Amino acid sequence: MKVEGKRLIWNDYQKEIAGDNYFYVRSCVRQNFFPGAEKTFLRYMKELGKDVFENPSHTTCSGIGYHSDIVPFETAMTMVARQFALMTEAGYRNFVTSCITSFGLYSEVLETWHHFPEIEEKIRVHLKNATGREFVKPENLAHASDVTFKLRKEISDAGKYRLVNHVTGAPIRVVEHIGCHYSRMFPSKGVGGAEYPYVLVGMIEEWGGEVIDYPERRHCCGFGFRQYLVKANRGYSISASKKKFDSMKPYKPELILTNCPGCPMFLDRWQYAISEMEGTTYGEGGQGIPVVTYEELAGLLLGYDPWDLGLQVHQVPVEPLLDKIGIPYDPEKKFLDKEGNSMGQPKSPTHLKFY
Amino acid sequence: MGKSVIVIGGGIAGMTAAGMLARQGYEVTLLEKENETGGHVAHWDRLFPDRRKASEVLEFTGEGMKDVHVARGISISRITRQNNEFTVTCGMQDAGSVMKSHFTANALIVATGFDLFEARRKEEYGYGIYNNVITSADLEVKFKSGKGILTAEGKIPKRIGIIHCVGSRDEKVGNLYCSKVCCVTGVKQAIELKEMYPGSVVFSFYMDLRMYDRNFEELYYEAQQKWGISFIRGRLSECAENPDGSIVIRTEDTLTGKPLKMTVDLLVLLVGFVPAAGTASVAGMIGLKTGTDGFVNPADSHIQNNLSGIPGVFLTGAVKGPVSVTEAIADARAAAALTSEYLTASIEEHA
Amino acid sequence: MPDFGYTITKDRQLDHDHGDFRYISLVRSFEPSLDLCIGCGSCSASCSAAGFTDFNIRKLHTIIRRGEVESVKTELKKCMFCGKCQLVCPRGVNLRNLIMAMNRAIELLG
Repeated sequence: MKVEGKRLIWNDYQKEIAGDNYFYVRSCVRQNFFPGAEKTFLRYMKELGKDVFENPSHTTCSGIGYHSDIVPFETAMTMVARQFALMTEAGYRNFVTSCITSFGLYSEVLETWHHFPEIEEKIRVHLKNATGREFVKPENLAHASDVTFKLRKEISDAGKYRLVNHVTGAPIRVVEHIGCHYSRMFPSKGVGGAEYPYVLVGMIEEWGGEVIDYPERRHCCGFGFRQYLVKANRGYSISASKKKFDSMKPYKPELILTNCPGCPMFLDRWQYAISEMEGTTYGEGGQGIPVVTYEELAGLLLGYDPWDLGLQVHQVPVEPLLDKIGIPYDPEKKFLDKEGNSMGQPKSPTHLKFY
Repeated sequence: MGKSVIVIGGGIAGMTAAGMLARQGYEVTLLEKENETGGHVAHWDRLFPDRRKASEVLEFTGEGMKDVHVARGISISRITRQNNEFTVTCGMQDAGSVMKSHFTANALIVATGFDLFEARRKEEYGYGIYNNVITSADLEVKFKSGKGILTAEGKIPKRIGIIHCVGSRDEKVGNLYCSKVCCVTGVKQAIELKEMYPGSVVFSFYMDLRMYDRNFEELYYEAQQKWGISFIRGRLSECAENPDGSIVIRTEDTLTGKPLKMTVDLLVLLVGFVPAAGTASVAGMIGLKTGTDGFVNPADSHIQNNLSGIPGVFLTGAVKGPVSVTEAIADARAAAALTSEYLTASIEEHA
Repeated sequence: MPDFGYTITKDRQLDHDHGDFRYISLVRSFEPSLDLCIGCGSCSASCSAAGFTDFNIRKLHTIIRRGEVESVKTELKKCMFCGKCQLVCPRGVNLRNLIMAMNRAIELLG
């Protein structure tokens, strides 16, 4: 593998990312899946002296319904227009999304309006009629992983830990997984393009880890919306994730890093389900491969307490990763809430090593 | 006679046209951007369908150019036309310094040829990233060196994949056209690899096999019957690299209707033609018309295929689109004949 | 195994690296003209059985060549052995013998 070859492609996909003053919109599902991720983003942005504004009355972008064939595109565009109106009213021009599918939808809507201005006009009328609001389109649209990518050096400089095995000094071997809606619809809107996205690779490189490229890297995690939301279809979803695990296993990855709401959910939860269904585990000695989001990883390296990051709700235990990096944690506090009360403890899996 | 011709481009077509006109007594100057004439043929080992040495064809053509004045290392900055005389202004690389120079002639032959498709643009194929992904042109250079074909790890490739239509028939890279010669080149190279390594298996992945000319289909037949080369109908979707450096390819086997995954030790991409980088600028200086594909349009595709529509400016070879070596030579002779006819007529006109 | 209400599906991708090529090497030795197939589909287009069943002789010998055999075992029995396929093949593949060869290989290897 010649990384220089990838660098040439990365040079072709340089993306403009605003440096400060962001209007932030959340994901519908991430606070349930990974409760600490978005909060961690806001925390390190504040610590790095960046202005991030949230309006509590923002809603879903409706992308989840759009991609599940429930919400028509016109409705989705009007929802998006309302989010832009909230940004405009707050005096911001840089729009940052937490969710990859939102990012994809916002990009798709802006592109649609670019090519069909009459549709934009129609949506402006819809929004005005429904809410009385008006909007200016964002000057800069970025995903929160783009922003984190832009700040990767600052995070590294402020960090307490490196993505390195603190005993052996070897870089942690990381598999990166990019959400499909990040750059496959519009390769030019993702850092590094669609075939070799650089957004997470850049963080891993900067923070000291080693990136693993494996044959099924580009394969979808299997979320696919309808494929997961309908229970009878979930076999399709778990099989897609399994294909990835089988392919990455020979490379002995120590961490899976993600930037999408769905991917970390499935790459994490399905490792448990596969272990229960088939007895297969993918890490060393019955362990799973820990799966974290870029915000959680940044938080860990910045020295935030793992349990404040919400890592205890991951189904694949993250302790092996914490031990390798040398991040201290109190096992006694893993399942205690903020007030120190027990949150209850999950049943130990049959095969997956539990901590 | 005292009439003169400038040929722009010293590939096989330009060389053939220049040589033929010089032998007829015209004063011919051949302008070549590289430091050597011969174009792409100079880097090729053997030609389809009979696998004769490319160097023999080049040698023959070169011998025919004894009376041609060849200027190498040329970059053209301006072309003007006044009273049926063309002036070509050039920068010439000479011992590191650029010298300005002018050439004048009564006729121009544009033979700027083609460039090979830059395989890196098919990002998902991993050329320039995965060590064991090479192009058909890389393979010819290896054949020509006579050193054998080994993987990046120095091993004999046991399984070899050959991918057709790389950069051709592909709207994603803006090339809708067929490059025409890659199909038979792929079959030729498959046979050559198999001949070199009888114990290896060779797979060819194609959309259509366009065996358009004499003895091409026979070569395909031979590849199947004598050499046992497997032809799988399906276009490569993407590549990835295994820990040992071998390449995982994904295609559909369209004849069974199933996605197919396969590991190969070496992957050869049959890169197609794109208009030469110099064609657009030369065309702009002269006022030649190009198609949406970037190749130069002749005045008429059937009966004025070597004429540009501008008096005294003739076209030949791959400047007009993909051609084989055989066709380039025949086309260059036609262009030379028409150029000669034009010059003779204009002599009579002024007599 | 706990019942989650869904199952893990086997990948239907042809995995050429792990194909079973014992069958095709036998078939090839019995009927080498198979190598000349260009996948044109004349054989299956002219097939008497194909009109009434989903029997597809072109697909069956392609599947065997790709290292799979299970689906071929039962399908082959649908052939009526009329020989029209052989008559139309532009590459002169001896299809009647090919069908015999595939049956023999399946008989020998199970």
